[in-house]
Amino acid sequence: MSVIYVLLTISIIIAIVFFIGFIKAVKSGQYDDDYTPSVRMLFEDELVKTKPNKTINKTKV
Amino acid sequence: MKQTTCFHCGDLCQSKHIIYQEKDFCCNGCKTVYEIFSENDLTCYYDLQQTPGATPQDIEGKYDFLEDEIIIEKLTEFNDGKHQIASLTIPHIHCSSCIWILENLNKLNPNITASQVNFGKKTVRITYKTEAFSLKEAVLLLSKIGYEPYISLEDFSTGKSKVNRSLIYKLGVAGFAFGNVMFLSFPEYFEVNEFWLEQYKIVFRWLMFTFSLPVVFYAAQDYFISAYKGLKSKLLNIDIPIALGILVLFIRSTAEIVLNIGTGFFDSLTGLVFFLLLGKYFQQRTYNFLSFERDYKSYFPIAVTKIYKGEEKPIQVYDIKKGDRLLIRNEELIPVDGILINGNANIDYSFVTGESEAVKKASGDKLFAGGKQTSGSIEIEALNAVEQSYLTQLWSNDVFNKNKEDGFTTLTNTISKRFTIIVLSIAVVATTFWLFVDATKALNVFTSVLIIACPCAIALSAPFTLGNLLRIFGKLKFYLKNASVIEQLAKIDTIIFDKTGTITSNKKTKTTYRGSKLTPNEEILLTSTLRHSNHPLSRSLYKLLQQNNIESLDYFEEHLGEGIYGKTQNESIKIGSAKYVGQLQPETELSTAVHISTNNTYKGKFTFYNAYRKGISKLFNQLKTNYDLAILSGDNASELNNLKKLLPSKTKLIFNQKPNDKLEYIKHHQNNGANVLMIGDGLNDAGALAQSNVGIAISENINVFSPACDAILDASKFNQLYHYIKASKTAIKIIKWSFVFSFFYNAIGLYFAITGQLMPVIAAILMPLSSISIVVFTTIATNILGQKLK
Repeated sequence: MSVIYVLLTISIIIAIVFFIGFIKAVKSGQYDDDYTPSVRMLFEDELVKTKPNKTINKTKV
Repeated sequence: MKQTTCFHCGDLCQSKHIIYQEKDFCCNGCKTVYEIFSENDLTCYYDLQQTPGATPQDIEGKYDFLEDEIIIEKLTEFNDGKHQIASLTIPHIHCSSCIWILENLNKLNPNITASQVNFGKKTVRITYKTEAFSLKEAVLLLSKIGYEPYISLEDFSTGKSKVNRSLIYKLGVAGFAFGNVMFLSFPEYFEVNEFWLEQYKIVFRWLMFTFSLPVVFYAAQDYFISAYKGLKSKLLNIDIPIALGILVLFIRSTAEIVLNIGTGFFDSLTGLVFFLLLGKYFQQRTYNFLSFERDYKSYFPIAVTKIYKGEEKPIQVYDIKKGDRLLIRNEELIPVDGILINGNANIDYSFVTGESEAVKKASGDKLFAGGKQTSGSIEIEALNAVEQSYLTQLWSNDVFNKNKEDGFTTLTNTISKRFTIIVLSIAVVATTFWLFVDATKALNVFTSVLIIACPCAIALSAPFTLGNLLRIFGKLKFYLKNASVIEQLAKIDTIIFDKTGTITSNKKTKTTYRGSKLTPNEEILLTSTLRHSNHPLSRSLYKLLQQNNIESLDYFEEHLGEGIYGKTQNESIKIGSAKYVGQLQPETELSTAVHISTNNTYKGKFTFYNAYRKGISKLFNQLKTNYDLAILSGDNASELNNLKKLLPSKTKLIFNQKPNDKLEYIKHHQNNGANVLMIGDGLNDAGALAQSNVGIAISENINVFSPACDAILDASKFNQLYHYIKASKTAIKIIKWSFVFSFFYNAIGLYFAITGQLMPVIAAILMPLSSISIVVFTTIATNILGQKLK
């Protein structure tokens, strides 16, 4: 069997994998809200940063 | 006096100024929220954004109805006995602090397992354990921290709505196929007669065929459906030549590979569908947080308290029967027409009329549905069921079931009518010519013409121009329901305004004083006394007079619904209604006034006027040359003289219009051939907004209330209206120019088609080139237009 069939099969399978990934992403609602996640990801740092600050404030008082 | 603002909500700290932990708070409510947050290590809330909060409202007993199983079932998305998931709309969501605090609700109560905010829709989706927690407690918790959810009758009737994502799927399918087909069709374009290419081209061709199948039968199906509908109703819409083009492309390409005479046009076919869907997607830009379809249901509560044999019991609004005794608490909406039994009724009908001034009622008076009680609890007896109320009956009018888009031919469809006829005749003429000259080429020419004439570029002009302008308008706080509103707006010749709340502002009222002059001492006494009262009139008068010093009173008394009394060592003041202050002369004017007497002698009165919005005279003068202007007001004619001074002389002023009169007035004008733009705000304009060609709702706060309409305009941008209409007209010109471009491309393509030289590679170049250049042209042109607007 010619190598071209193998290459074609691989390329199409990869394309289909990405396509299925896209469909799944849409189905799970990822495209419904395109603003909140962009803000949410910035909060992870804030939480860690404020915790030590708080304890310092408390000891002062 | 130094002005301090509240650390929590940013309002001015006035009479109830509190200092707690070196921070200023305007009231106890705001301080409590701060306490809750600081106890739970959540003060980060104030770091993300300055003064993000809202003052929590008193909600005692308001959400008792959330204990009802049927109501819980309707409001939750998921319920398995142990966990419940509910999505709640919270109008206050406005910044990143809001997202942060609402997604950390589990820190305030461990029974909440997850909460997720959708900022665009202003909703929070809460998952909680039902063992030790309930929907009611969740709502109470949210209210306690200043995020009171908004639960209306609308949530009840629609239930769980499904999101329609089919366009994204179709776009995905078309894009996927387009990419792969391009990739597969490339080798043959170079026409190198290599051995392996010759050997395997059959495989490549059939693979392309396979990829194009989902595009034609799934992604493009809307075009076939629309074309079929168009033909059925004898309308040559733009989808007919498109559907024809797709069909011919597919059949001819399939025939070519079956007969092994060529590669076919699969790349052009998939590319065409992909670009067309992209245009559709671009135009489908919607504002999640706004609703353009509101009727009374989104204003009305789900449940109301019924008094039955001395017991208070929450019942669903739809279950109210004639004769039921209902308890309306402070700040609650009256859901049905009723008779006031007892209590101090002070009804704010601003949802209905746009008039913010509350109306006093006495026992035995009739109360209309839609009013909001503003001073304490009242008891009423229902006169009829919800659907038969005076206000809700307006919605039984036919206009609310009509789709405005149906009766409107878009510019694209107007063009396509001629375009289709011309293309078909060219195809026929060219084919007959070739039948005589070289019959073998005739079929080739016929299909080529239909393929190349497929109006991809024309079909893209309007979506990209209007879609882009829609987003520009959105940034400028003018929110349109859909793109066709822009086209309708460009055709307007008559503009009708509502008065109260539309050309007047709700917030600022103007006042003038008439009577004997007050001494400086009396003025100080007046402001000091006003400061103690929470009555809306006292508040606005206090704000208007604020330049004075404040002194402390020895005695203060408030008589609900009558007036206030203040006393210092040697002076006393009475502020309130004419009767209360001892003015015996009957009222001659129709406007609202506050009377004043000091030491029991009558002094004078402050008369309130509606303040007109900034730039109103200028706006009307800009509009008067091109448009017929009219003002339709539900109020009495007390403002007639003011308006006459303010507005151009030919403006028609009509007063005392009931909701239905407004609708009929617009209908009458439309029957005379006018294209009417109605601008209103309250529910009483709902009929007129629906009847007009374009209905714009003016809103002081776009997140809260606006009746069903085609567009929502932020009140602060009201004076820009003229420029917005002008921009819509320019957009139409841009579309027309891009039509010219598309015809140019079509002419080039037709030359190849008619002469029988159309190669797949030419189609493959011409199709994307025309589409992309149109997209670029319209985008640049509308952006320049947008720049001018700012």
